[in-house]
Amino acid sequence: MKYYASRRDALESRVFLNRLAFSAAFVLLGTLGMVVRLIYLQVVGHEHYAALSKDNRVKIAPLPPTRGMIYDRNGEVIADNIPSYSLEIVPERVENLAETLARLQTLLDLSEEDLRRFWHLKEQRKSFESIPVKMQLSEEQIARFAVKQPYFPGVQINARMIRTYPYGELTAHVVGYVGRISEADLKRLDPSAYSGTYHVGKTGIEKTYESLLHGKTGYQEVETNVQGRSIGVLDTVEPVPGADLQLSLDIGLQRIAFDALGEYNGAVVALEPATGRVLVFASKPSFDPNPFVSGIGKRDYDALQNSPERPLYNRALRGVYPPGSTVKPFEGLAGLAVAGLDPTRRVSCPGYFQLPNSAHQYRDWRKGGHGAVDLKSAITQSCDVYFYKLALSIGIDALSEFMGRFGFGQRTGIDLPDEKAGVYPSREWKRKHSKYPWFPGETVITGIGQGYVLITPVQLARAVAVLANRGRFVVPRLLDGKRAAGASADLVNPPPEGRDIDLPPEYWNTVIDAMIDVVHSGRGTAKGISAGLTYRIAGKTGTAQVFSVGQGQKYQESQVSKKMRDHALFIAFAPAEQPRIAVAVLVENGGHGGSVAAPVARAVIDRYLRGEAP
Amino acid sequence: MNLDFESSWVQLSMAPSRFELWTRRLHVDLPLFAGLMTLSGVASVILYSASGQSVDVLLRQAVRLGLALIVMLAIAQIHPRHLRFYSPLLYGMGVLLLTAVLVIGEIGKGAQRWLDLGILRFQPSEILKLAVPMMVAWYLSERPLPPSLRHVAVSGLAIAIPVGLIAKQPDLGTAMLVGAAGAAVIFLAGLRWLYLFAVGALGAALLPVVWHFLHDYQRDRVLMFLNPEADPLGRGYHIIQSKIAIGSGGFYGKGWLHGTQAQLEFLPEKSTDFIFAVVAEEFGLLGCLGLLGIYLFIIGRCLYIVTQAQDSYARLLSGALTVTFFVYVFVNVGMVVGILPVVGVPLPLVSYGGTSMVTLLAGFGILMSIQTHRKLVAD
Repeated sequence: MKYYASRRDALESRVFLNRLAFSAAFVLLGTLGMVVRLIYLQVVGHEHYAALSKDNRVKIAPLPPTRGMIYDRNGEVIADNIPSYSLEIVPERVENLAETLARLQTLLDLSEEDLRRFWHLKEQRKSFESIPVKMQLSEEQIARFAVKQPYFPGVQINARMIRTYPYGELTAHVVGYVGRISEADLKRLDPSAYSGTYHVGKTGIEKTYESLLHGKTGYQEVETNVQGRSIGVLDTVEPVPGADLQLSLDIGLQRIAFDALGEYNGAVVALEPATGRVLVFASKPSFDPNPFVSGIGKRDYDALQNSPERPLYNRALRGVYPPGSTVKPFEGLAGLAVAGLDPTRRVSCPGYFQLPNSAHQYRDWRKGGHGAVDLKSAITQSCDVYFYKLALSIGIDALSEFMGRFGFGQRTGIDLPDEKAGVYPSREWKRKHSKYPWFPGETVITGIGQGYVLITPVQLARAVAVLANRGRFVVPRLLDGKRAAGASADLVNPPPEGRDIDLPPEYWNTVIDAMIDVVHSGRGTAKGISAGLTYRIAGKTGTAQVFSVGQGQKYQESQVSKKMRDHALFIAFAPAEQPRIAVAVLVENGGHGGSVAAPVARAVIDRYLRGEAP
Repeated sequence: MNLDFESSWVQLSMAPSRFELWTRRLHVDLPLFAGLMTLSGVASVILYSASGQSVDVLLRQAVRLGLALIVMLAIAQIHPRHLRFYSPLLYGMGVLLLTAVLVIGEIGKGAQRWLDLGILRFQPSEILKLAVPMMVAWYLSERPLPPSLRHVAVSGLAIAIPVGLIAKQPDLGTAMLVGAAGAAVIFLAGLRWLYLFAVGALGAALLPVVWHFLHDYQRDRVLMFLNPEADPLGRGYHIIQSKIAIGSGGFYGKGWLHGTQAQLEFLPEKSTDFIFAVVAEEFGLLGCLGLLGIYLFIIGRCLYIVTQAQDSYARLLSGALTVTFFVYVFVNVGMVVGILPVVGVPLPLVSYGGTSMVTLLAGFGILMSIQTHRKLVAD
């Protein structure tokens, strides 16, 4: 036994020593490999690498791509790139950075903010990268610096392309703007794709299609001497410019909408119903996006931010408003489709409505009431009592479900960032948001688009387009096409399949006929805009309460402060028989939909259908 | 033949001096200790330059070194018998902590390598660098060697569990090193060449599968290693700049503190993973050979200790630790000189940073324990 064990031991030792010898050989071979590689780099390749490193420093200089341009549907440039001169510093080449900056500050009137931003950027950037101190230098500043240039080693003026928006406030809420890349942006961007680029889309189309617009960064291997002067280019990989985008927006039409709103604040959204393409996307008041490109000053920004008119607020996309009576045609459809409503049955309207066992009066906008009304005349005259009763008979959950099919209370999926969803309430919604149950009275006021109902203008415009399409569902879309090759036009939020609303043609006819009467009949609430029309408009007025009037009191426009006045709404599509445009207009504190909002819609429709200024 | 006899013969032929007896009582292996001290001294000179002449960095590194030396000496006092006894316990604890880290990371929704014990923050994966070879050595030393296929399979499982957990953190570099340490034990135990080739072939066949499970950044590193010029603005930048630094250093180097690549911030991570490029630029090929020489001396002394070890456990463990130490050096230098992909492995005992230093010196503590607890005279 012992003998066996020792023989076993001997074998074990022999094998072990054998393996250890192999390990030692591995160590020697590995070391040899490293040494050979070192000799290759340090002796054979020494001259090559020494040349790269010695006096001549090879720098990889990024070549930022040119940002894609943005055009409107007629080829008008709405986002352009223009050359701009900026003062830039390569910190590694400056002996005393703080002192140099102080001298520059007195020479060129740099603001404290410019300096702060520079230090900030310096933290984020790779070594030997040129960092802008001030963009968009004036001719005078360029001249003043040019004279003193020799006293500022490491500081230079570079020409860069900078974004400009020729239509300024007309496009601010659609195209958005680019701004300096912030620390938050850097976290989500690929730093090597953005080296040499100082701007990124912050809002609007510029943000949505950032990946298409940006392009691909190229680079140059540059030889520079100790002073940092470029003495030769070794290799260049050209940048690939960003794709040029064409939007469906019509800038002329956009201007008409802005002008038609006049002094009022509000929003106008117009779509091509068949495709969902956006023709007008106006939010007023607006602002000039150009100062945001080079970095807006704090005072100017605060002024915009704190203005009571809220110009930075994108009303068309993010503003939520009660839709008022504009929901009535949709509700009529709901009645026909889900509650077996007989459109010819007349309902009497005494000018108010009361729930059983309740003293509360839900008033009609017309004091004496509308008499006996059927569905069509209820829409044409915008009878509130009819729709109070209709909403009750449909029931809130069925109503909410049906309105949801038109996209009420849902994001439309338009290709703009940060859209608001709004609300179309149901019992379940209330359970989640309130400790109280759903009250029948809330169904009543939901019937006239009040209460919890909050929609965005773009949402309303989409619903109108679906109505104009007689049920074919569309998603509003601004991007129409792109010009540059190479990039793929991945659609943001592709249109959903199977969301079309399938109803018998006579239902659509009834409601659309009523909407034509709104404009073209003597009792229509928007008859004021029918004069001189060569085609027919189907429309619906709406007035959304901002201020609630007490029981038994009378709302008097003249006595209510401007901010508390009702919002005026109007939805329309035309020509009624073959719709080519669908519009939603919201006029904040405009009073009556028929008198204030409808003319705005008419102006836009007229211009679009006739192709000329009204 | 009897190894004990041999060693006792060596001992008898040279009468130990008082100094030697004193170091033996402290369980310090003098040549190994001297090698490590030389390396640390050289490292501080390099680090001073690489850190942009920061005394602060040097001091912090010195504190870490001091701590690591205390750990080394403490471990050297433990008899290998006890090390063996506690091997499975240490291994179990390590795997448990790894799991804990993963679970906590899962809850925190992010990569997690650290375990925060209030005053102490450490990476459990560091424990496994020692615990895995200890465990495998413990297991195999109890069994007849060369190991049977079954025992190899069990050992392989014992390695795969912690390696998988570490790779999931994700810390590919450490996972690889831990795996290498365990594999070294199996190899030294006498794994048949046939099996070795079979495993190699299997590994090669599994490569596409592994590729599939790699994280994007890990794939990037491999791709970029294959073609660094493809992305000179981003990830390829490290390798290009590293090669320029090394090549421009030439035979004699640019001189201490005069490496333009390093001092002008061209070289990324120059005080940590890429510190060898600083050596190459400032001290040239001569400096590199010198540094590699010190490493070879340390490894040579360790190999000697391995041959003197008196039982299977000690032999397997010390052998594996030695081989692993070389693998550390090779992976790091190979990465810096551009013959291996970029894996986040520091240059042992030279790179700035403390987590691996304690583990490394603890490993040398084990070697010293094995060397100094030998029975001097055969029974």
